[in-house]
Amino acid sequence: METYYNPKDLPKFAEMAEGAPELWKKFNEWYGAVFAEGALSEREKALIALAVSHAVQCPYCIDAYTEASLEKGADLEQMTEAVHVASAIRGGASLVHGVQMKNKNEKLTM
Amino acid sequence: MQARHKSMKAFGEKLAIANEQLKVINQETAFPHFDEKYELVGEGFLKAGDIEIFQINLGKMCNQVCKHCHVDAGPDRKEIMTKETMQLCLDALSQTNIPTVDLTGGAPEMNPNFNWFVTEVKKLNRHIIVRSNLTILEANGFEDYPKFLADNEVEIVSSLPYYKASFTDKQRGEGVFGKSMAAMKKLNKLGYGKDESGLIFNLVYNPVGAFLPPSQTSLEKDYKRELQNKFGVVFNNLFTITNMPISRFLDYLIQTGNYEAYMQKLVDSFNPAAAANVMCKNTLSVSWDGQLYDCDFNQMLELNVNHGAPTHLEDFDAKKLKSRRIVTGQHCYGCTAGAGSSCGGAVV
Repeated sequence: METYYNPKDLPKFAEMAEGAPELWKKFNEWYGAVFAEGALSEREKALIALAVSHAVQCPYCIDAYTEASLEKGADLEQMTEAVHVASAIRGGASLVHGVQMKNKNEKLTM
Repeated sequence: MQARHKSMKAFGEKLAIANEQLKVINQETAFPHFDEKYELVGEGFLKAGDIEIFQINLGKMCNQVCKHCHVDAGPDRKEIMTKETMQLCLDALSQTNIPTVDLTGGAPEMNPNFNWFVTEVKKLNRHIIVRSNLTILEANGFEDYPKFLADNEVEIVSSLPYYKASFTDKQRGEGVFGKSMAAMKKLNKLGYGKDESGLIFNLVYNPVGAFLPPSQTSLEKDYKRELQNKFGVVFNNLFTITNMPISRFLDYLIQTGNYEAYMQKLVDSFNPAAAANVMCKNTLSVSWDGQLYDCDFNQMLELNVNHGAPTHLEDFDAKKLKSRRIVTGQHCYGCTAGAGSSCGGAVV
């Protein structure tokens, strides 16, 4: 069955270099620097990436950063908490728009 | 995967046989042969140098049945080194200045002549390492062992795959983490893991699944902080070790459909700098029955030293063993991936 997402496509990510090799090179250098140990540890960065992967609902990123989180020393408990953080922000982001609804309601109703 | 209570051998499982494992890992695939890849190091074939570590497997009997064990050890295993073979080890050591004797198993403490052997090696003035699973030190009849090890200034290296019970018990069995903490407290009380005592106590991390280990330095900080804060225990160094695609871990990889992807990861992560420092270059591995191997993994795959080197302690000859060509296979990728892996942890 054809699908838009295919796990076998993830290893082909580097093929994005074709057509714009300089941009791919710059992206890779920046990407590598972003995930290097800094003020945040590599484990913390992998967990943030895992949470963001869920927020943007990218199946490739979820696979990649589950594995990366494990390889940076995280466990299921830490990864699940990270996913809850993403979910809480997504849920909270919807809910906080309720204030706009209330403002509009106030304006339109007696 | 369910917890194991007996070895694969006890159940007559196919992958308990070394040759069956070799058929899987050396099957013709798209992966380049390890020797081809090793050429990137620029030293030709992988060769041994001076023997610095004499690693002795005292037997396959163990009180634990860990899911990833490369020895397929367990309470049902009867292969145990005899006193006569221990004497051959002592004779070989006496002929050399090999500085370190590394005792492994199984649970090496379960060998009935363990104490005698440690005492005799100590008389030869060699540094002794015991790979203890910690829970054995909590078992009936082994209560005096921590003090015995401390009295003989034996370095202890123990597996603890995570600083929490969840992962540890998943891999090593229900309740292992709790017993390990209890044993660590006893060892700490004797001075183990405390800088001023001189008694070295190191921990070993290995991944609880089909992925590579984290950075050793970074994970050591997490282990030290969490174990100190939550359990009040200390240790000296953390060694991160990669799981070898052999024995029970190979069985796990195949059963969970992870084998191809894991091998691909090992091959893709080949690091020439790690390969240049693999442990077989300075280690000789001795089996319970006195046979000689390039490492404990080759021992379990029954791949004796070769290329003209003596294959049994009875013919021990340090000169012939030095510069021997190492016997390799696709499993060797496990020692050369990423930061590398050895019995002393990462190598780069």
